[in-house]
Amino acid sequence: MTNIYEMEYNVDNRDFVVAGDVSRIIKRTLQRIGVDPKIIRRIAIASYEAEMNIAIHSQGGKISAKIDSDKVVVCTQDYGPGIEDIALAMTEGWSTASAEIREMGFGAGMGLPNMKKCSDVFEIESIVPQGTKIKMTFWL
Amino acid sequence: MKLSQIKEIIEAEVLCGEDKLDREVSKACGCDLMSEVLRLVEEDMILMTGLTNIHVLKTAEMANIQYLIFVWDKIPDERFIEEADELDMVVMKTPLSLYECCGRLYKEGLGEIK
Ligand SMILES: Nc1ncnc2c1ncn2[C@@H]1O[C@H](COP(=O)(O)OP(=O)(O)OP(=O)(O)O)[C@@H](O)[C@H]1O
Ligand SMILES: [Mg+2]
Repeated sequence: MTNIYEMEYNVDNRDFVVAGDVSRIIKRTLQRIGVDPKIIRRIAIASYEAEMNIAIHSQGGKISAKIDSDKVVVCTQDYGPGIEDIALAMTEGWSTASAEIREMGFGAGMGLPNMKKCSDVFEIESIVPQGTKIKMTFWL
Repeated sequence: MKLSQIKEIIEAEVLCGEDKLDREVSKACGCDLMSEVLRLVEEDMILMTGLTNIHVLKTAEMANIQYLIFVWDKIPDERFIEEADELDMVVMKTPLSLYECCGRLYKEGLGEIK
């Protein structure tokens, strides 16, 4: 399929003010291209959850979005510490977030389950301590 | 229920979007955890929260939430209101607690998200 648009951004860890802005850019780009708003919403939610996880739980990383004529693929990659038990991390309500993070509105333990629910294909791969990779595919 | 009725019921003050108070909403969610909001979200819902940081706005933008109500008279910073205004949102604040704010609106028939 012909590649329409591709973008990649770095995500810093612990920078709460800018965290989430990559997902805003992705959302606004999809709106400009004219993607179905219902699909944009799923992509935006999943991408935002993934971006916040990099900012909160990792040493930083990057997010890319690739828009084809038949799908959008959002990939994230971070620089560690990785996730020991992915099945446990995917459990609704399971979180290692600190009290400080909870006060900011995160740590419900719903981010990964939300990403899985929003995407058509959800792939996650993690190596301790190298890092975590997520690939989410959304059919257009 | 019209936003203007909601404003009366919870004794709210409008921080932006005064011109959109004739809009109708039928669902609401009271929550301080953003991923819970993102799990429950439906189109045209109101988010009632005691959190005022910029992530409430980003969460709302991601999920197409247009209506925000801050409880306990909490006010977000100016940048929040400016951006919310640019995104065509309606933002209000009420002196009520989250519990009472939800309770009054529920009693008047504003539905919950299932
Ligand atoms: N990129 C990551 N690197 C390391 N650990 C992670 C990463 N993403 C998630 N985790 C771990 O998995 C747990 C569950 O993640 P999930 O996103 O579901 O919930 P949360 O981030 O804790 O809370 P919420 O997303 O609801 O605000 C996290 O608490 C964290 O321990
Ligand atoms: Mg998370």
